[in-house]
Amino acid sequence: MKDNDIKRLLYTHLLCVFSIILSVFIPSFFLENFSILETHLTWLCICSGFVTAVNLVLYFVVKPNASYKRSSLSHKVTRFLKCCIYFLMSCFTFHIIFVLYGAPLIELVLETFLFAVILSTFTTIPCLCLLGPNLKAWLRVFSRNGVTSIWENSLQITTISSFVGAWLGALPIPLDWERPWQVWPISCTLGATFGYVAGLVTSPLWIYWKRKQLTYKSN
Amino acid sequence: MQKISVLLFLAWVCFLFYAGIALFTSGFLLTRLELTNHSTCQEPPGPGSLPWGSQGEPRACWMASRFSRVVLVLIDALRFDFAQPQHSHMPGEPPVSLPFLGKLGSLQRILETQPHHARLYRSQVDPPTTTMQRLKALTTGSLPTFIDAGSNFATHAIVEDNLIKQLTSAGRRVVFMGDDTWKDLFPGAFSQAFFFPSFNVRDLHTVDNGILEHLYPTMDSGEWDVLIAHFLGVDHCGHKHGPNHPEMAKKLSQMDQVIQGLVERVENDTLLVVAGDHGMTMNGDHGGDSELEVSAALFLYSPTALFPSSAPPEEPEVIPQVSLVPTLALLLGLPIPFGNIGEVMAELFSGGEDSQPHSSALAQATALHLNAQQVSRFLHTYSAATQDLQAKELHQLQNLFSKASADYQWFLQSPREAEATLWTVIAELQQFLRGARAMCIESWARFSLVRMVGGAALLAAACFLCLLASQWATSPGFPFRPLLLIPVAWGLAGVIVYAGLLATIGLKLDPVLLGAVAAMSSFPPFLWKAWVGWGSKRPLATLLPFPGSVLLLLLFRLAAFFSDSFVVAEARATPFLLGSFILLLLAQLHWEGQLLPPKLLTVPRLGSSSSACLPRHSGAYALRLGVGLLLCTRLAGLFHRCPEETPACHSSPWLSPLASMVGGRAKNLWYGACVGALVALLAAVRLWLRRYGNLKSPEPPMLFVRWGLPLMALGTAAYWALASGADEAPPRLRALVAGASVVLPRAVAGLAVSGVVLLLWKPVTVLVKAGTGAPRTRTVLTPFSGPPTTQADLNYVVPQIYRHMQEEFRGRLEKTKPEGPLTVAAYQLGSVYSAAMVTALTLLAFPLLLLHAERISLVFLLLFLQSFLLLHLLAAGIPITTPGPFTVPWQAVLAWALMATQTFYSTGHQPVFPAIHWHAAFVGFPEGHGSSTWLPALLVGANTFASHLLFAVGCPLLLLWPFLCESQGQRKRRQPPGNEAEARVRPEEEEEPLMEMRLRDAPHHFNAALLQLGLKYLFVLGIQILACTLAASILRRHLMVWKVFAPKFIFEALGFIVSSVGLLLGIALVMRVDGAVSSWFRQLVLAQQR
Repeated sequence: MKDNDIKRLLYTHLLCVFSIILSVFIPSFFLENFSILETHLTWLCICSGFVTAVNLVLYFVVKPNASYKRSSLSHKVTRFLKCCIYFLMSCFTFHIIFVLYGAPLIELVLETFLFAVILSTFTTIPCLCLLGPNLKAWLRVFSRNGVTSIWENSLQITTISSFVGAWLGALPIPLDWERPWQVWPISCTLGATFGYVAGLVTSPLWIYWKRKQLTYKSN
Repeated sequence: MQKISVLLFLAWVCFLFYAGIALFTSGFLLTRLELTNHSTCQEPPGPGSLPWGSQGEPRACWMASRFSRVVLVLIDALRFDFAQPQHSHMPGEPPVSLPFLGKLGSLQRILETQPHHARLYRSQVDPPTTTMQRLKALTTGSLPTFIDAGSNFATHAIVEDNLIKQLTSAGRRVVFMGDDTWKDLFPGAFSQAFFFPSFNVRDLHTVDNGILEHLYPTMDSGEWDVLIAHFLGVDHCGHKHGPNHPEMAKKLSQMDQVIQGLVERVENDTLLVVAGDHGMTMNGDHGGDSELEVSAALFLYSPTALFPSSAPPEEPEVIPQVSLVPTLALLLGLPIPFGNIGEVMAELFSGGEDSQPHSSALAQATALHLNAQQVSRFLHTYSAATQDLQAKELHQLQNLFSKASADYQWFLQSPREAEATLWTVIAELQQFLRGARAMCIESWARFSLVRMVGGAALLAAACFLCLLASQWATSPGFPFRPLLLIPVAWGLAGVIVYAGLLATIGLKLDPVLLGAVAAMSSFPPFLWKAWVGWGSKRPLATLLPFPGSVLLLLLFRLAAFFSDSFVVAEARATPFLLGSFILLLLAQLHWEGQLLPPKLLTVPRLGSSSSACLPRHSGAYALRLGVGLLLCTRLAGLFHRCPEETPACHSSPWLSPLASMVGGRAKNLWYGACVGALVALLAAVRLWLRRYGNLKSPEPPMLFVRWGLPLMALGTAAYWALASGADEAPPRLRALVAGASVVLPRAVAGLAVSGVVLLLWKPVTVLVKAGTGAPRTRTVLTPFSGPPTTQADLNYVVPQIYRHMQEEFRGRLEKTKPEGPLTVAAYQLGSVYSAAMVTALTLLAFPLLLLHAERISLVFLLLFLQSFLLLHLLAAGIPITTPGPFTVPWQAVLAWALMATQTFYSTGHQPVFPAIHWHAAFVGFPEGHGSSTWLPALLVGANTFASHLLFAVGCPLLLLWPFLCESQGQRKRRQPPGNEAEARVRPEEEEEPLMEMRLRDAPHHFNAALLQLGLKYLFVLGIQILACTLAASILRRHLMVWKVFAPKFIFEALGFIVSSVGLLLGIALVMRVDGAVSSWFRQLVLAQQR
C-alpha cells in the first residue's frame, strides 16, 4: 500500500518536472526568439501556466485526498473562487515580501510580480490542490509533526525547497560577473524553479528512504 | 567583587582582540607620513653653491636643463619581459612563443641600431603595485603606502611635492591624455587634458583609442612641454584575459606601433620615456609584491645621444622605479621633489658626445650630490616629524653623507685631483642614496607576513576563547577569580621576560609586539584551566552550540567578506540577511508550535507535552512584529549611500543636510518631518517609561527625562533650524545665529552628559510609598501588577530574597516597633534595569543625532523602533528559566550585531574613506578646531560609529527584555487548574510578576549571564574582524585590496574597538544599577529599623 503510494507520488512529481522541461522547449516552436533569459517574462507566464495545469490535472486524476464528501455545485464554485482569491492573495503577499526584502518598489514591478506569481505557482497551488482553501490545514502542515500523509510530507518538502531556492537565487546578484542571468529577478526565478524541481525529485526518494520511520497518525 | 571580575575578564578578552588587531595592522597596513614641504628653485637642497651659476639661464634650476621637452608614455602593467628583446642567437633552445614575448619589436630595433640613443631598464617597483600608488611614486619619487597619513582623506589629490607641481610652477605646459585616475591625483594641473574612464576593467580599447585620437595631433601642434600618455589596454587585457592570450599580443603590437610613431616624431630636444607602472602575475593581476608584479619595463630614447661614452650592458640594468623622478627633474632643469628618495641615473648626466671623461664624471657627481643633499634634507625633516625611521641607521647614513659631501666639496676646491677620487665620491654618494632608500623601504613598504599571520592567529584564538568561555560561564563551576588572575599573571610574566630579553639583546621595545606577547602568554593557562576544569568532562561537540540556522547565516555573512562585490554591496546584503533571519525566526517559532495555540495543531500531536511549548504570544502578534521589523529595515534602507558614484547606483538625496536644499516649501516640510521624528522618539521613550511606571519615580534621572530631554530636543530642533537656514538669516542676526550655532550643540551635549551623571548617581528609579496603618506588617514590593501563570513561573514565583527580606523585616520590626504596623510599597522595581538602559541610550542618541545630517533623525527613530520590535520578537522565543542559569541565545546576539551593521549603512555611512562625514567635526565648532586633532577625530568617529556604539551599549537589553515581557500577555491568562493548591498558599505573590527582580534574586547567575552575553557579542564581532583579516591577507594580491578590503578591515577594526568599549560601558551600567538597587534595599532595611 505504502510503496504503491510512493510510486504514485514519484510519477506525479516526474510529470510536474516534465511540464517544466516542456515549458522550456515547446514555446520555441511557436514563438520566434524565445529563450529563457531574453524573453524571461514570457517564459515565466508559460511555465506558471504549465505547472498550474499539470497540478490541476493531477489533482483530478490522482485525487490524493479522496476523503472529501460529495458536495453541491455551488459549494464547488465557491471553493474554486476561494482558491482563486487565495492564489491572488499569495501573489500579492509574496510581492510585498520581495519589496520588503529590497526589491525595487516602482521600477520592474511587472518582473517582481511575475516572480511572485511563479513562486505562488510552485508553493500555493499545490497547497490549494492538496489542502484546499483552508489556512489552518496549511499552518498544520508546516509545523513539526504536522503532516498526515506522504502527500503532505512531499508538499512540505517541495514548498520549502522552492523558498530556499528563491532565496539562494538572490545571492549571486551583487557579484560582478556581469552575466545576463544575474539581473533581478531572473536568478531568483531560476533558483525557485531549480528548488522546486529538486524538491519534486528528492521528496519521493526521501520518503522512500525514511518510510520505516515515517508514521502518519491519522491515516 | 564578582562584578568587577566579570568586567575585568571582558576587558582582558577585549585586550586579546586589540593585541591581535594591532599585530595584524602593523604587518598589513603600511603607513607613512606625508610631508607637504616643497623644493623650490631659489632654495638649494643644502649648503654650497649651485653649479653652473644657475641664476643666469632661463630654464635651469638646481642644474641646467638638458632636455626642454619630455614625452612620457605610461603603459599600465608593462611587465619587463613584455619589452625584453628576444635574442635568437641560441641555436639549441627551442624558440619560445608566448603571446606577450617579443611583440615590442621597435624597441629591440632601436636598441640594436642606436645603442647610444636608447636604453632599456628593468625597473624595480615597490609594492603595493596598484596604479594609484605607482602614479604617486612616479611623480613624487617616494614610496606611497596604503595610509599616507596626510591632511586629507577625502580626496586623492597628491599633497606631497611632485614632478607635475614642479612643472606647473616652473611654467611648463603639461598635457595629459589617458587614465582618469590622474584627474583625481592632480586636479587642475594640466594645461590640456583628455581623460578617459578607467573604471571598466573589461573595456580594452576606450582609453587607448581615445589617446591615439589625440596623441599625434597634440604632438604636432607643439603646444606642450611635457606630454603624458597613460595607456590602460595592456592592464585591462591582463585582468580580463591574462597575459597568455592572443588579445595581449594584439594589444602589445598596438603599443609597439605607438612607440614607433613617437620615435619618428620626437625632436632633438625631446626625451621619450616609455614606462610600465607595474607588472602583472601569471593571471594578469597585480597589487602584491611577487617578482612578476614588481618588474616593469623602462625605456629611454632621444634623437641626441644619451649615453655617448659607455657601451650598453649585456643584460638590462635593474634600477628602482623612483629613480626616474630625480632624473627627469634634473634633466628638465627642475628642483627634485622634496620627498623623493630615488637615486638619479648618473649615466644620463655624462654630458654630450664630445665630453671629456673628467668633466663627465664631474657632472655625474654633481647630479648625485644634489640628489644626496635633497634626500638628506628629506630624511632630516621626516625624522624630525615622526619616529618611523630607525635612529641608529639614520645616524650611520648621516655620517656617510657628511663624509661624501666633504669629499665632494674638497674636490671642487682643488679640481686638479685625479679622476679616481671623483669616482670614490660618486660611489660614496650612491651608497648613501641606496642606504637611505633601503631604510625607507624597510619601514614603509613591506608586508610582514609573520605579523599578519600572528595577528590573525591571535584573533582566532580570542574568538575560540570567547566561544569556550561563553559556554562555560553559565555552567555551575565557573571560577571567576582564579580564571582571571592566572592569565593576567602569566601575561605580565611573559611581558617581563620578553622585555628582559630585549633589554639584554639591546633592541628597541615595540609596543605592538609587547602587547601580542602579553596576549599570547596569557592564553595557554586559560586553555589549560578550561581543559582541566571543564573540557575533559564533556564532549567537545558542545563547543559548537549554534543552532543550524544561526551557523548558516553566520557562514554566509563571513563568506561575504571574501568577495569584493559583496563588501561593496554589504549595505544591501545586510538588510537582506536580517530580513531572512527575522522570517527564519518566525518560521522556526511556528515550526516549534510556539506561535499558535495547540488546538489548531492537535490533529497528529505525538503525545508531546503541551505545557512545555505553550505559546507565549499569539501568532498574529509575532507576525505583526516580524512584518513591522521588515518594514523598518526596508525604510531604513532608503537612506542608502553608494560607496562611490557609479551610473548604476545613486545615493539617497536625503542624506544631505537641509541647508543644501533649495526651495523653501520642501525644506520646511522636511524640517517638520525631522522635528516630528525627534518628538516621536522622545514621546516613545516617555511612553515606554510610563508604561512600566518608572516615569512616576521622583528620582533625579526621571526628572531629567521629564524636563531635560524635551529641552535637549528643543535645542536640537533650534540648532537644525539655524543650520538649515543660516544663509537666509538677516544680516543683523548673523552674529546671533553664529553664536547660537556654537552654543546650542554644546548645550545639548552638556545636558546629555549631566543626564548621564544623574543616572549614574541615582540609577534606581522606583516610587516608594510608605505609610502606617496597613492591616498587616508587610513590605510589598510591587514590580508590576498582574498574575504569573505557568507552572514554571509559579514554582519560583517567590524568590528567596523576597521571602528572606520579608522575614527579616518582620523579625526586626517586631523587635523594634512591636506596635507599629507598616507598609512600604515600591513600584517599578521590575523594570529598573531596563529603564536605566533605555534612559542612557536616549541620552546617548541625542548628541549622536546632532552629529548627523538632519534627516538622519528619521533613521534614528526607525532604529529605536526596530530594536524595540526585535527585542520583543526575540523575547517571544526566549524561555525564562528561573532561578537560572539565564542565557541569551545566539540568534539574539547575531540579529543584534546584524542590526548594528545595517544601521551603520542606513545612517549614510560606507566603509570607504571618501564617505566619512567630515562635517561632523564642525558641529558646535563652526570655526574649526585650530591645531587640536583629537576633538575633531572624536566627533567624526562618534558620527561614523554611532550605530556600533548605540547597539553595543544597548546589548544588555537582550538579557533584560524577556523578563520585561513577562508582564505582558500573561495578565489575561487564567491559572492552570492544577496549581490551585499552590495558588491558595501564596495568594498575594501571584499578582506580582517579578520581572527583572528575578535577575537580582540570583546574583551569581546574573553575573554569569552578563559575562556570557558580553562574550557572545564579542565573539560575533570578533569573528567578523577575523574574516576581514583573513580576506585581506589571502587576497592581498587582489586588484581591490587597497580599494575595498583594506578600508573594510580598518572600519571593521575601529568599529570593533568602539563596540567593545560600548559593551563594557553598557554592562558596567547594568552593574551600577544592580549595586544601587542592593544599597537601596539595604537602606530600606535600615529605615525600617529606625
